[in-house]
Amino acid sequence: MKINYDARGLAEPVAQAPRVATLSITGDPSGATAVFDAAELTTRQINLELRRLIYDEGVADVTVRNPGAKHSLAVGILARCRITIEGSLGYFGCGLIDGPEIHVTGRVGWSVAENMMSGVLVVDKNAGSLTGAALRGGDVVVRGDVGARSGIDQKGGTIIVGGNAGMMTGFMLQRGRQVICGNVGGGLGDSMYDGAIYVGGKVTSLGVDCVEAELDPADDEFLARKLRIYGIEAPASWRKFVCGRKLWNYDNLEPAERKLVL
Amino acid sequence: MCGIAGIIHRDGPGDIGAEITRMLQSMKHRGPDSSGFALYGPPSDLLVMRIKLADPNEARGFGWSERLERHRNEIEHRLAKIGAMVDVMHGDQEYAYRVTFRYSGELKPLADYMEDVPGCEVLSLGHSLEIIKDLNDAESVAERYRLSGFTGTHAIGHVRMATESDVDISGAHPYWAYPFSDIAVVHNGQLTNYHMWRRRLERSGHRFQSECDSEIIAVYLAQKMDGGLSLETAMKQSLDELDGVFTYLVVTADSLGVAKDEMAAKPLVLYESPELVALASEEVAIRAVIGHEIDTYDPYEREVLVWHR
Repeated sequence: MKINYDARGLAEPVAQAPRVATLSITGDPSGATAVFDAAELTTRQINLELRRLIYDEGVADVTVRNPGAKHSLAVGILARCRITIEGSLGYFGCGLIDGPEIHVTGRVGWSVAENMMSGVLVVDKNAGSLTGAALRGGDVVVRGDVGARSGIDQKGGTIIVGGNAGMMTGFMLQRGRQVICGNVGGGLGDSMYDGAIYVGGKVTSLGVDCVEAELDPADDEFLARKLRIYGIEAPASWRKFVCGRKLWNYDNLEPAERKLVL
Repeated sequence: MCGIAGIIHRDGPGDIGAEITRMLQSMKHRGPDSSGFALYGPPSDLLVMRIKLADPNEARGFGWSERLERHRNEIEHRLAKIGAMVDVMHGDQEYAYRVTFRYSGELKPLADYMEDVPGCEVLSLGHSLEIIKDLNDAESVAERYRLSGFTGTHAIGHVRMATESDVDISGAHPYWAYPFSDIAVVHNGQLTNYHMWRRRLERSGHRFQSECDSEIIAVYLAQKMDGGLSLETAMKQSLDELDGVFTYLVVTADSLGVAKDEMAAKPLVLYESPELVALASEEVAIRAVIGHEIDTYDPYEREVLVWHR
């Protein structure tokens, strides 16, 4: 297959869906499934093939084999469908999606599901930093460990981590929830505005204006329900962290309080 | 941005020249300006030195080749004069040479004497370390310097997108810890207290060839190790003493280490098996040398890890 790169040999300005997927249709088209091997395809070809199958062919269940940790795969899919990625993704995987249920059997790199609007993403292994950056809705589930700054600028939805999380988890969290079953690094919930972070393990340190709150029955119900859905074992106990609201009205702060944010 | 990669074989020598080239080439998009390699071949009692006599992108005026030829002969002459027995002197380019020689004296006077030749920069000097760096992507550099058959135990490499200094060989990584033998560093990030450390190291007699902030890291670590610290301890101290964002890889005659800053601001993906350890800015680079399905993870902030061959 001929691939045309730009003069620098980096980007691929002209690409077409390679039409390599194997479709199996039984009964009505909504039950169709498709599978294709991405080992020899470029990033653009993989994404174009996914779009062709989901939008043009109306396939509701696509499996991608051998993604080879390429970046920016399965991005911008705006339809209800099921995508299984057998392997690992590089950076910016599954970003800007609205609707799909995606299952990644390997690991993902930095900024997975950034700006996701709705749907479900389940990652069986580890994730890099900035998981669910600017997340707006849906569930992002990582069964392994995640890196630093998970859910930075999160505005909705839920991030669930089966293992440990790095530093500055929930940095500038604005709405939505994070559920970390393991330990978290320093600066938890730094400069968060709203939302809640639940931690099952040890907390290294709290960030600016992040305070511990009491769990109420609604929290217990939420945690039990979410972990049951994804089959994640609950830790022995939970702690809940929310915004201390000291920094909500910056103009009214005492000088000592202003120093908090500097 | 920049991309860094490293590989160390724990079960004897491997095909590191071809491996690190594939790793770097798969990260070409992170930095197409220049590529560099620090490779550790089988240790020998001879010293191996890599030098450059000019930069490939400088204006080639009248008599350029003759001047380089003259400087090349001057290097050979000076090596003999300082008491080194030259074994082989071989030019991969008309401006880049590899010299092996027998020499028992101090390395600094020798390296200083070589760099006194106009345009000369000693890229590496040691019993096993060889640093090759040039403009353009990894494959073209590897081809020009015939790295495909290079076998050894460990290597690091770097693809550069110049942000802090010029696009030339002096600004390309890896950096040798001049004048400490067999130590080199590649770095992804920016050091904000570079000038302070540069002045401090210059006061203790070190020379710096470029305006690149990464150049100080190798010398900083090597000086601490020369003072009796272990590589790991020196790297741990660097977390507090170097400011800025960094993920750097350091190699010595028998080990490879990685350190991440306290913000975990620069990426690194790590794969570890009983046979080898491979690490890079992106997982695609690791997959470029490992055929089967692998599990990888990202080290956290302030992590210092060291492996031995």
